[in-house]
Formats: sequence, structure tokens, C-alpha cells
Amino acid sequence: MGKRTRKDFPTKEEGRGNGEIPKVPVFIMGKRYEVPASLTIQKAFEYAGYQLIRGCGCRGGICGACGTVYRFPDSHKIEVGLACQTVVRPNMYLTMIPFFPANRAIYDLEEIRPDLESMIKLYPDVMRCVQCNTCTKSCPMDIEVMDYMAAAMRGDLTKVAKLSFDCVMCGLCASRCPTEIAQYHIAILARRLYGKYILPKSEHTDAMVKRIEEGRYDSMLNNLMKADEDKLKRLYNEREIEPEGAGEDWKPKDSQYL
Amino acid sequence: MAGYPPELKRLIKKVEETRPARVERKKRGEEFPMLSLREREERLKFHPDYKGESRREIRVGPNKGYAIPHEIVDLLEARSRVDPDQIDLSAINHETDVLIIGGGGAGTAAALFAQERGAKVIIATKLRHGDANTMMAEGGIQGATKRSKDSPYFHYLDVMGGGHFKNTPELAYTLVIEAPKVIAWLESMGMMFDKSRDGTMLTLHGGGTCRQRMHYAADITGAEIMRTLRDEARNRIEDIRVFEFSAAVELILNEHGHCAGAVFYNMETEEYFSVKAKAVIVATGGSGRLHYQGYMTTNHYGATADGLVIGYRAGVRLCFLHTYQYHPTGVVYPEQAEGLLITEKFRGAGANVLNVDGEQFVNEREPRDVESASVIRECTTVGKGVSTPTGKVGVWLDSPMIDVLRGEGTAQREFPGKHILFRRYEIDISKEPILVYPTLHYQNGGLEFTPKCETVIPGLFIAGEVTGGIHGENRLMGNSLLDVCVFGRIAGESGAVYAKERAKEGRLTLEHVKKYHRELEEAGIVTDRVAPMLLPDYSNPEVRERQLTAHYVGTIR
Ligand SMILES: Cc1cc2nc3c(=O)[nH]c(=O)nc-3n(C[C@H](O)[C@H](O)[C@H](O)COP(=O)(O)OP(=O)(O)OC[C@H]3O[C@@H](n4cnc5c(N)ncnc54)[C@H](O)[C@@H]3O)c2cc1C
Ligand code: SF4
Ligand code: SF4
Ligand code: FES
Repeated sequence: MGKRTRKDFPTKEEGRGNGEIPKVPVFIMGKRYEVPASLTIQKAFEYAGYQLIRGCGCRGGICGACGTVYRFPDSHKIEVGLACQTVVRPNMYLTMIPFFPANRAIYDLEEIRPDLESMIKLYPDVMRCVQCNTCTKSCPMDIEVMDYMAAAMRGDLTKVAKLSFDCVMCGLCASRCPTEIAQYHIAILARRLYGKYILPKSEHTDAMVKRIEEGRYDSMLNNLMKADEDKLKRLYNEREIEPEGAGEDWKPKDSQYL
Repeated sequence: MAGYPPELKRLIKKVEETRPARVERKKRGEEFPMLSLREREERLKFHPDYKGESRREIRVGPNKGYAIPHEIVDLLEARSRVDPDQIDLSAINHETDVLIIGGGGAGTAAALFAQERGAKVIIATKLRHGDANTMMAEGGIQGATKRSKDSPYFHYLDVMGGGHFKNTPELAYTLVIEAPKVIAWLESMGMMFDKSRDGTMLTLHGGGTCRQRMHYAADITGAEIMRTLRDEARNRIEDIRVFEFSAAVELILNEHGHCAGAVFYNMETEEYFSVKAKAVIVATGGSGRLHYQGYMTTNHYGATADGLVIGYRAGVRLCFLHTYQYHPTGVVYPEQAEGLLITEKFRGAGANVLNVDGEQFVNEREPRDVESASVIRECTTVGKGVSTPTGKVGVWLDSPMIDVLRGEGTAQREFPGKHILFRRYEIDISKEPILVYPTLHYQNGGLEFTPKCETVIPGLFIAGEVTGGIHGENRLMGNSLLDVCVFGRIAGESGAVYAKERAKEGRLTLEHVKKYHRELEEAGIVTDRVAPMLLPDYSNPEVRERQLTAHYVGTIR
């Protein structure tokens, strides 16, 4: 034992199935490396010999650690992607931007209201947005950043929350904003205000908490905890299964344990 | 990258040929037969856990003789990353009331609760705050919040059944009784649960639930929990300091045998430093990146079992590590997406699991372990797996059935994340099936603890995936996001109370590490392995051969 198998990109030993994947040149921070054409930018770094400390978290496109900007020699366009999700292309000039400084306001969610005033008080910068759309073009998650900024300027927190929901907080938008705004901090403030104050509260959760605090389930659960495996198995097998997709009005036949 | 290569496109034809008949059967409610309990047992022999040679007995420490995967034993039978004598414990770099190791869901929940009980907190975490398995969870979080049809009683039965009735009852009890409070707590912090117009939370089934109690936030529930908790922690920056890129390599005890801090490695500057604390909470998560038996994983980059190693060295016992949860459907092609999770909901929505001939060989809604075992069997003994151009093997998950059964656009609407991802590889999952194979997903077991999150070492508390006992031998979907919040909160409270009322000053020591080293020698274990691992080794071995002056300690340069 002890031999570690590499899972993240194929080695010679593991073989390539149907022959070698062709290699393509990429320019990591300007320096040329040849890497297999099938790799993501993240794996290309590793293939080139880097051991990643920065720029690598989930390896699955959700943590926002690996924001990357790239362009091609013959193009005027700056493109963006998450390094763990973007496949290399020949002659990419790329750099990861694993961190970008952005100021975040401090607030007590219990004390603020879900309105434009709170937004402006905490993030006066919001009003500086000139609606240039650079942020939208810089977002690797294809979020309409400029649109949520416009909504934030109007105090339409619901819209900000919904439009920004997929934000991975990678910071690429902030890195390119000419007015130096930290869009994604504004977005999470809006989402939390929306979640707390604008979305209707779930009464049934509070009602259940109350029942628990009243001790309604204590003896039922105590009995289960004392039950031997056979009894538990029997109770388990006898459970009534709520049909998939049943509506809120579905009721089990046996209500004594509710 | 231009979608599936021709050889796979040819095989997809077979899937398309059998699809109409399969759809018809599904519409008529005719399902591929479920295995009986007896057949399940037979089938499970193909599960990686059941492979005898995948495990060996630990030769040192409190669980001597316990057989668990080689990859963990390798780390337990290893030396400290640093010679304990080199660490000067009289020069402490930071002090706090409660030190939390690991800034995932459990660690961050603990920080909030500890702070609310008056403690000054340091979270030290290996990567960035929130680079964690919690961030990656998609499906949802369980909790019996609907009194008209559900209660903690039924949740308890589900948890126990899922865990093969081996769970520690008191832990399962705490999990289910605290669940509704946790859901209410998350809601009060502004988490965006999916709700209907009147505020009723939308809930779904997960594998093994008798009531629909999986609450969710689209298909990024874990990310929504993580970013909400993290945002709240950032609001309390006065009391909760966060040290990123700081990996714990040893716990520090004091002369009374109480836990009193930890030694950290700055991942960037490569220096070691020490934090002294009145109470310590280990919340370092799981271990998918150990790639047990060479399997791919859904886990984040830092899931390398570090907490198990440092806890075990300090004397905390392990439990339930002989089982590991494999998720039956991880992406196996294209290789950039390898290991990524394709949630159970795809199968719930009707997608069949098929072999190379486009034939069904298992019902797509067997429990995770049975489903995984069946896929492995089909690809090995039966020999009807689909070979990928990258030298791997998998089976088809017939995602296009979802649109056929539920209307055009359903797959895209219900699974936007995966739809976009595959589109980047020029694969349209509502038109073409997905190649999948079981992937390492969840560490069922871990360090032993009590419902108050205490360990045998006073002052040492634990929470989250690093613990064992709550889920017995098998965790149900949606119960670990829950466990992370439930026990994270309790750990924070226990830690703060301990720091205030029971912590006892004493001379700091790493004597336990030296003792562990001696034990290794006495057991005849001569090795240059070091642990904890901190990060998996993904650097290019060919480059490594040419790094003539580079020095690696374990996997880290
Ligand atoms: C892809 C995926 C999907 C999932 N889906 C679901 C789901 O739908 N529902 C559900 O309930 N569960 C799900 N789970 C499981 C669940 O997300 C995890 O079990 C849970 O979030 C673990 O939380 P944690 O806080 O214990 O660990 P983590 O969230 O992993 O946090 C641990 C933290 O500790 C840090 N750390 C590690 N080692 C050290 C060290 N030596 N020093 C300092 N810090 C360290 C890590 O970097 C990390 O930040 C899923 C898991 C994955 C991977
Ligand atoms: S980049 Fe800045 S200024 Fe331009 S639209 Fe976005 S937020 Fe506004
Ligand atoms: S909105 Fe900004 S921070 Fe969020 S994902 Fe897009 S670029 Fe990244
Ligand atoms: S590593 Fe997390 S988004 Fe790329």
C-alpha cells in the first residue's frame, strides 16, 4: 500500500485509452506551457508543475476561489471563467485572480430594514454605478450583475436577491468595475434582507419548534431510544411512506406520533 | 472539446433505441424490480466497503486492532509533520477563548454560538473561509418542520434505518429534535429557502425518508448555508477572527491532559505557529481526497482527514470508519468534470441507469450503497460498462428521459447548474445521457463524541463530518448539512461554557505526540510517512522528477 493513484489527470501509467490527447500551448501568467487539450485551467496549472494553494477550493465550480481572466493574442476581448470549470484553449494568456480586495460593511441584520435606505447607508457606493456593464461581462457565472446593481440602486431587493442568487463571490466583477464597487457584497446583503424580511416566514417551522419546546415528543423519542433493534426494525418497516410529490394537504393515516 | 467523441455517440444510439420502450414502461408505472433484502445483501458484496483487502488493522493508538481503509491507516501510522521538540510552546503567537479548527459549516456555526455566549473566537482554516464540503452540498437539509404529517419521531426512524440501526441513539435523538430549530435559525439569518407564496417551505423526499422533509435553496443549498453563516461571522469580526490558509498539524494539550490549543502551518509562508485557547473545537470535515481504492471524489480540495489524525494522536477514539459513502452517480466523462456529483434528484425525476447496451440492470432508486454496488458489478463482473476515451469505465444515466417524461425544458429548469456545466463541454444533458460511476462522497464515521460534542479529552470538542456515530453506518442525504448545523451550534455553546467555567491553566505540551511516535516505534512501524496530509498531491510527477532541489514533506512542497 501507500502507492497513491492520481485521480485528477491521467498519467502515462494509467494510459490514455484511445491514444494521447493532443497538447496545446497555454500562457500561464505569460509563460508558455504545453498541456493536454482536455484539461481545465486548474489542472493545467498542476500539469505545468504548480502545487495550488491559492485558487483552488471546491474544484467544482461553486466556491469562487479560482476566478480567472484570459485573452487570445488576436482578440480585443478579455474573457473570464472559473479555472476549475474552464477547459484550456490554444494560446490562452491567463491569470487567476484568487483574491481581490473589496470592503464589506458590518451590520446587524436584526437592526436594519429591507429598503433602499439601509442599502445606501451601508454601501453608499452603490449609487456610483454608471451602468457600464463591465461587471456582467466579467462574471463567470453569467449573472446579470449590472441589472442587479440597477435594482439595488432602486432598492428593489427582491430583484437583487433573485438575480444574484448563483453568485460564487469570486470577485471578478469588483476587479473590473470602473467605479470600484464591491457588487457581490451588496448582493449578499440584499439576499439576506430578502430571505429574512421579504420572503414570507414559515409559520409551520415555528409551530414545530414550539411543540418541541413543550416536550411533546420527549416520551415518544425516549421509547424509540430504548427500543431494541428488532422493535426498531419493525417500526421502520411499518412506516407509512408519503407518496412522492404529495401536496401539503397529505395526511398520514396514523397521527399519534405527530 | 466538442461533446462526446464518435465512439461514444455510437453507443448513445443504443440508449436512444431502448428509450421509447423504457419511457412507456415508466409511464405505466412498471419499474425495474427492486432487490429483495436477501438479494441486496448479495449485491452489496460488490460495494467497495465489502472488499476485505481494502482495509487493515491499525497497530497503534486507542483503536488498535480496528480495521479501516488503508489510506486512513497510512495516515494514522505516520509521524507528525514537525518534530515536536522544535516547537517552542513558551512562545505562543495568539490566544483566545475558543479556537475552532476548520471554517466549513460546522466550524462557522460553532463560532456564532460561541460568540453569542461571550467567547472570543479564532477560526483557523486550511484554505479560505468557506472552501469546504458544506459549500458543495446541493440537495438539501432535512428537518421535521411540518406537524400535519411529520415529526422528529419519524425523522428518528429514518435516521436509524439509514444507518443500519447502528447509530448512537443519543446522537440521532439530538439531530432530529434540534432540526426544526436549525431550520428556523437559518431562516432568521436570511437564508433563501425555496418557499411557496404563504411561506410554507418546499420539501422533498431524499433516499430513505418516509416524509418529504428535505428543505432546499435551489440546487445550491450548501452554498447558501455556507455563505449565510460566513456572512454572519464576518459581521462579528470584533469577536470572531479568521485565519485563512492556516492548517492545524497538532493539538496542544496541557499538563492536566486538557486540550489547550493547536499548532498551525501557514500554507503560504510555510512557518509554524501556535494558538493557545481555553477550549478547542475540531471541525475539519471529511476525507474524500484520500481517494480510497483509487476512487474519484465529490469532495473539496482540503478533505484529507486531518482532524481524524490529530484527534487520534491526542487520544480520541474512532468509530464507523469501516464504512464510507459512495455516491452512485459521479461524472466519469468528460474528465474535467470527473467525480462531480449528479444528484439523486436526476434519478428521482425518472432517469434510468443503463449499461453499454442501453439496458437497465438495476432500479434507479435503490439505496445509495446498493445502487453503487450494482454499477460496479455491471462494469466489472458482468463486463457491460461503457469505456471512456480516457481509459475509465462507467454507465449511462439517461437524463433525456426527464424531458420526455415531464416536458421539454424540465432538466434545464430543475438542474441549471449541471446543465450549464455540461453545455461548456458541448453536451446537452437534456438530449444526451451522462456517463457516471460511483464516487467517494461522505465519511460516515469519525471521532467519537457525546451529544454535547465533548470528546474524552476535556476542552476538546468536535462537530461535523469529522465525527462518527450520528449516522451509524450510512448517512441519508440531507442529514449532514443538518448535523453540521446542529452539532456545530452545540460545540460552540459547549466550548464557550467550558472556556468560561471549567478551563484550567497549565503548562502546554506536545508530550502526546512524542508518546505516539514512541508507540509507532514499539509497534515496529518504521516509516517516513507524515500526517496530517493537508492537501492531496496533484502535481505532475514528471515535473516532480525534474524538481531536483525541491523538498517535499508528505504531499506538500
Ligand atoms: C458534493 C457534495 C454534495 C453534498 N450534498 C449534500 C446534501 O445535499 N445534503 C447534505 O446534508 N449533505 C450533503 N453533503 C455533505 C455535507 O455537505 C458535508 O458532510 C458537510 O457540509 C460537512 O461539513 P463540515 O463543516 O463538517 O466540513 P467542511 O464543510 O468540509 O469544512 C471543513 C473545513 O475544515 C478545513 N480543514 C480541513 N483540514 C484542516 C486543517 N488541518 N486545519 C484547518 N482547517 C482544516 C477545510 O478546509 C474546510 O474548510 C454533500 C457533500 C458534497 C461533497
Ligand atoms: S462595472 Fe461597476 S459601474 Fe459598471 S455596471 Fe458594474 S457596478 Fe456599475
Ligand atoms: S457577481 Fe461578481 S462575485 Fe458574483 S460570481 Fe459574478 S463576478 Fe463573481
Ligand atoms: S475551485 Fe471552487 S469554484 Fe473553482
